[in-house]
Amino acid sequence: MLDQKAPGLLDDERELERWAERYRASRERRPAPAFLPLPETLSGLPIEPLYTPSSLRDQDYAATIGYPGAFPYTRGVYDSMYRDKLFTMRQFAGFGTAAATNERYRFLLEQGQTGLSVAFDMPTLMGRDSDDPVGLGEVGRCGVAIDSLEDMARLFEGIDLRSVTTSMTINSPAAILLAMYVAVGERQGVPAERLGGTLQNDILKEYIAQKEYIFPPQPSMRLVTDVVAFCAANIPSWHPISISGYHIREAGSTAIQELAFTLADGFAYVEAGVERGLPVDEFAPRLSFFFNSHMDFFEEVAKYRAARRIWARRMRDRYGARDQRSLLMRFHTQTAGCSLTAQQVENNVARTALEALAAVLGGTQSLHTNAMDEVLALPTAKAAQVALRTQQIIAYETGVTATIDPLGGSYFVEELTNRMEAEAERYFAEIDARGGVLACIEQGFFQREIADAAFRYQQQLDSGRRLVVGVNAFTSTDEQQPELLHIGPEVEAEQVASLRQLRERRDGTSVANALDRLQEAARGDVNLMPPILDCCRALATEGEIVGALREVFGTYRESPSF
Amino acid sequence: MGTQLGTVLVRSPYHGPVELEALRRGDIRAVARAISAIESADPGIFPAIAELRRGRAGDGSHVVGLTGAPGSGKSTLADALTAIWRAAGRRVAVLAVDPNSPFTGGALLGDRVRMQGHALDPGVFIRSMGARGHLGGLALATRAAVRLLDALGWEMVLVETVGVGQSELEICELADTVVVVATPAAGDSVQVIKAGITEIADVFAVNKADLPGADRVARELRDMLRLSAASEWRTLVVKSVAAQGPEGVAELASAIEAHHGHLRESGEGEARARRQLLEEVVGLVEARAAVEAREVLAREGEAFLGPDPELAQPELVADLLLARIAATRSNMGAAPGSPPGPLRRS
Amino acid sequence: MGRRPVRILTAKVGLDGHDRGVKVISRALRDAGVEVIYTGLHQTPAQVVEAAIQEDVDGIGISLLSGAHMTLFPEVMRLLRERHAEDIVVFGGGIVPPQDVEALRALGVDEVFTPGTSIQAIVEYVDRRFGHVGAGAG
Repeated sequence: MLDQKAPGLLDDERELERWAERYRASRERRPAPAFLPLPETLSGLPIEPLYTPSSLRDQDYAATIGYPGAFPYTRGVYDSMYRDKLFTMRQFAGFGTAAATNERYRFLLEQGQTGLSVAFDMPTLMGRDSDDPVGLGEVGRCGVAIDSLEDMARLFEGIDLRSVTTSMTINSPAAILLAMYVAVGERQGVPAERLGGTLQNDILKEYIAQKEYIFPPQPSMRLVTDVVAFCAANIPSWHPISISGYHIREAGSTAIQELAFTLADGFAYVEAGVERGLPVDEFAPRLSFFFNSHMDFFEEVAKYRAARRIWARRMRDRYGARDQRSLLMRFHTQTAGCSLTAQQVENNVARTALEALAAVLGGTQSLHTNAMDEVLALPTAKAAQVALRTQQIIAYETGVTATIDPLGGSYFVEELTNRMEAEAERYFAEIDARGGVLACIEQGFFQREIADAAFRYQQQLDSGRRLVVGVNAFTSTDEQQPELLHIGPEVEAEQVASLRQLRERRDGTSVANALDRLQEAARGDVNLMPPILDCCRALATEGEIVGALREVFGTYRESPSF
Repeated sequence: MGTQLGTVLVRSPYHGPVELEALRRGDIRAVARAISAIESADPGIFPAIAELRRGRAGDGSHVVGLTGAPGSGKSTLADALTAIWRAAGRRVAVLAVDPNSPFTGGALLGDRVRMQGHALDPGVFIRSMGARGHLGGLALATRAAVRLLDALGWEMVLVETVGVGQSELEICELADTVVVVATPAAGDSVQVIKAGITEIADVFAVNKADLPGADRVARELRDMLRLSAASEWRTLVVKSVAAQGPEGVAELASAIEAHHGHLRESGEGEARARRQLLEEVVGLVEARAAVEAREVLAREGEAFLGPDPELAQPELVADLLLARIAATRSNMGAAPGSPPGPLRRS
Repeated sequence: MGRRPVRILTAKVGLDGHDRGVKVISRALRDAGVEVIYTGLHQTPAQVVEAAIQEDVDGIGISLLSGAHMTLFPEVMRLLRERHAEDIVVFGGGIVPPQDVEALRALGVDEVFTPGTSIQAIVEYVDRRFGHVGAGAG
């Protein structure tokens, strides 16, 4: 009802029309500059030059925006947000051997970082031991190499698992790495219920975007729900899945696709848990999310706000969640690796700062800021420090954390939030019509949508319609190469040698028995976490455990979509 | 606004020598190059194939055609069937044919992806073929490649291609055994399966049979087959789950085997091969006549259409052209470029 | 004799699954008239070389972002020599630091594209390197 609104927030239609005339006239007078940013979001939504109260004419404040910590949580999941607790600064790190990464962790903790985040190397992510020939040359390159419980124990040496929370970016073999972490806790004398952290464990987005899958979707989903059930019973404060849009975005999706596909995955996990017989409120409060923050500032802020609102509504209305915590979308954010440029790498500091700011204004719970040189190699210690300092400057110098959801109420941001939600709903309808997330994966639907978006974006760059500083505009020719972190072949040799020693040292019979029991369990339908934990305790390697499961579950290969 | 990517990249004609000895040895590189020569219609390759076929021992290839709608799981089936045949000690060549790529442009051939598990097996040869600008089109090139592989003693030749009855490549014109793949996927009903398919299928594979609806599709297919004209061979309908690997396609492999046995015992195999050969010759004549007709028209063009091209009767012009081509071929001394008599008179 | 389009095999070698780049390039090359044979993710050097020989391609384009380029590219080159197929041109793209680019060139890798390279630059390279006779048809 118009007459119920405060007069100050109404458009003066005549003034608006006058402004529009002046706007058109001034555009005609001015010659177009050589470079002009596109008047559309990165997702391709057209943007008006001005938003006014008319843009939100029919918006119901209480139902769609509301208050922090209250339904539909558009403005934030907590009542006091950063006033009481800043976002967690969680820099993803890992390289080389467990010992080398352990050193970096201790350095980061001394520098004021408040949570750990483990980056594993490719062989570990793919369930391969360091001496597996398919991982040749990749050991310790993109992260730390973990083959067995011994490596995991070395990784956290001197770090009290009671006093940190640890995020582990691992998917297909997530159950195994979690089991190793629990076993490290046992060695340190920390009971499982005292452990805190997050396991990425989001297999759906692997099929959709990142392609680090091992088993076919059905047994993979079983492993995911086994972890969820095990955590609910034994590690109550652990986040068993971090439903990730980050990689969907890095694979070339738009912000809208990131939002829609990630939430669709989230709903699929909820449905899988419910099918498994878990009451929704027993596991949903521990689900968390992981988003990307790209360069389109307002679209990113609107994305986070829309995500919270969609999640709360669906959880309440479709899945019947009653526990308020089930409705809360808490998320980690990482600035966009794919937005970094190899040209003029120092510019990446500015990019990362703006992306991080969007995440904070969007109400993120934790944040990773990329180092400027990550487009070229793993970050040097210096670059990693600047990245962390960027977060600290936002948190402590800019004052943006003092006000909750400071962009809430902006005509533009609210309107964009609505549009993001509407576009996501369109995707949900299409996904439902196609038979759900797994059916869409099999049909290559997500993969095709993302490939198309990536191709469109590249064409925009090549045609100069979209500008990236230093790449297709404002380029320079006299660039100095930055110093990069070099990881030599000796890391691989060292890791392989210590793995061989482990194989000789351990009790082969108990390893074989543990693996046999695991296979037997895999053929049935019991929770696989306890037998996996036994394998880890017996010092079976990650590759051996995955190999045993592969014999039962088979392997997945995808049909490529271009 | 896209980028300016219109240039067609064309490589020089195939120029590698056809090494008969290397082919005889079974050198994979030589086989691969010979197929390129076929695709480029390099005239040197055809006598070479004929020569190789004269020296061939054994029964010749069992050529299996595998066709079905996009997404029906053909490549996965090909992968699993290959595993079965390899386990039985047979050498397997796979031609993954994409007839849908544009004739003049490039192609994106991705069927290999699902078969890369066999890449290092010397008893497996996989070749992707797209539509390209060579004489006679894809169908003729595929048939020539099949003949080459047969001459080289590949026991199983699997030709995998999308779609039925609409593409340039009619699989029934080159395969001993035609397998048509159907799925119980959403909305897929037998009614959707194109008319005419019951005539060409020797075996129906209802793939993805672990999905609901597989039994219904199989039943409907059997009902449909009962209505169709009876022939000596009763088309088999089998279920498969290619994603489960060899175990999932065992029944299909047996059905393919059964059909092969029938072809041998009934003598239908020879009759079919003879029919296909004649069709292939007709196809070649068509293709070559078309090329020559275009050449003549390009040279003399309007002259064939008479003084009033609007009134030219295509059937009569075609007769004149054919007569002209025949005359040129029988009398190589005829001066090229002199317009034919009848038209000058009119 | 007919002409044949340039045939390029594209592959992801190693364990990383970041296929955004290789797909964009495969598609752009197709649109430019190349016959692209895509071999998919997680390929070993031996699989790539064998596939390239069977497909009789003119070139192999390898995408690799895992940092293992100094192990995997040399292995591809070695296997091509072993199979007497050195005439197949190898190029690649990925996160490769400049000093490694030089080292790979010295090993016979024809060209290495680093992040930020435009599609057009790669298409132009392929045109220059592979497409000479009869260009402009169609």
